[in-house]
Amino acid sequence: MDVIMECKNVNYQYPLTDTKQIENLNLTIERGKVYGVVGENGSGKTTLCAVLRGFAPSFYKGELTGEVLYDGKPLAEYGDEIATKIGFVFQNPFTQISGVKDTVFEEIAYGLENFGVPVEEIEQRVINVMKMTNVESLALKNPFLISGGQMQRVALASVIVLEPDVMIIDEPTSQLDPDGTESVFEIIKAMKEKKKTIILVEHKIDLIAEYADEVIVMKDAKVIACGPTKEILAKTELMQQGVNVPQAAILGQKLKEKGLDIEYIPVTEQDAVKVFENAGKAGK
Amino acid sequence: MADIILNHVTFTYPNGYTAVENINIEIKSGENVAIVGQNGAGKTTTVKMMNNLEKPTMGDVYVGDKNTKDFTTAQISRIVGYVFQNPDDQIFHSTVEQEVRFGPKSMKLPKEKEDALVEKALEMTGMVKYREENPLNLPLSMRKFITIAAIIAMDTEVLIFDEPTAGQDIYGNEMLAKILKDLHEEGKTVITISHDMEFVANNFERVIVMATKHVVKEGTPRDIFWDFESLEIAKLKQPYVSRICHSLGIEGNVITMEEAVEALSKKYGLKS
Repeated sequence: MDVIMECKNVNYQYPLTDTKQIENLNLTIERGKVYGVVGENGSGKTTLCAVLRGFAPSFYKGELTGEVLYDGKPLAEYGDEIATKIGFVFQNPFTQISGVKDTVFEEIAYGLENFGVPVEEIEQRVINVMKMTNVESLALKNPFLISGGQMQRVALASVIVLEPDVMIIDEPTSQLDPDGTESVFEIIKAMKEKKKTIILVEHKIDLIAEYADEVIVMKDAKVIACGPTKEILAKTELMQQGVNVPQAAILGQKLKEKGLDIEYIPVTEQDAVKVFENAGKAGK
Repeated sequence: MADIILNHVTFTYPNGYTAVENINIEIKSGENVAIVGQNGAGKTTTVKMMNNLEKPTMGDVYVGDKNTKDFTTAQISRIVGYVFQNPDDQIFHSTVEQEVRFGPKSMKLPKEKEDALVEKALEMTGMVKYREENPLNLPLSMRKFITIAAIIAMDTEVLIFDEPTAGQDIYGNEMLAKILKDLHEEGKTVITISHDMEFVANNFERVIVMATKHVVKEGTPRDIFWDFESLEIAKLKQPYVSRICHSLGIEGNVITMEEAVEALSKKYGLKS
């Protein structure tokens, strides 16, 4: 197992609060996998992201106990260098956009400039990423004068361009239409093919089912389930914990209860079609 | 009763960008309508013209018998309430209750009426227990409900929700569905922009599909979600259960989970 990040007995509490937002967290993140983080709002998903990136406690302050390791070494030991290793895309794109650049092109180039990358290389990388995230036509626009959906893609582009090994992405598609959403998932798939590790908070569970290798389920500051997507999201009883499960799984469960003899509870559309067809044939 | 009529409406922004072009829409008083389409299709611009945040460049927008051109935004917003896509565009006060009270207070209603509207709005949106909180200390998904409460408290005849489903979990979606249903049952006109096709299939009687500045199709969710040509033009998808049924060759234009269970049970001879 090629482990890139690890959390050992981590507890975290924001300043001036009296409850833990992360409780007794033990987690192993493997290199090159896509992790979907799911659970009801307020369950600790965004805080988990902040802990994995080190913003909690370095930026948000508060109290963290236990260990968060990157390549076996505590995050704190990396200092600012961690920004080159772990990219972070905020939930609200307004938080991400720097506000100091006048165009989308410059906004995406901003991080590379800060890292002192040569100008020619910056240009090439920004152009490639703009193509990948489909924001080329916005290159000369003011990043605050574009739509919410476009801003989300610019925020994503500004992190992808840095080519970090781990990318933590908090609800990247909340403002996107179905087509735009799918293209974000295609970008995530392409990042995975480049051996990047992705940690993705997302409510669109049917797409998590299709694209994530592993799912981390949170409830009341704790990880209540964690494992391969096909296994975890087939548990329709998770809905009682405020966790959405794919439509395919709900349909599978309901048909199973009515007596359809299916091999397993499907979590994707494709699998659903396959297992229902097979069960139908076997029944005849 | 305020029907909403857009008659040959075009809207061009001051920078020259035309967001909607020659559209005609009629929404009857008391209807429950979803507007769907890609980002940039013109949905938000269209609804902003309905509450007079924008005035058409060409054509006319009527709210009841009022041509919006002849009225101020403040006047029309007494009839048509609009919940912004980004809650932070709408929140100004330091407690949830003040935020929700702002609208009815500015209407100078008797105090009892004002209180009743505020309480009803807080209750419908599950915000009663957060009334003393600073909105900015609550997560985005909850801030959305504060802005919804603020508009419900205005007691307008028409309510417009711009992407209320964005970022909501199952409980949030369930609460939204309940709010829309309750408002509809009260006789309000409810207009909702959403990218969530499951939500649209389950909660609306009529769907308006927009693509590239135009209205390309109108109809019931059942008509829309099985009209592959319109879906293709608007780059929309069927709800997941429809897709599964389509792949399995089920006829009858399934759009909800219950229908899918019923149709597949029949196909595989299961007990009903």
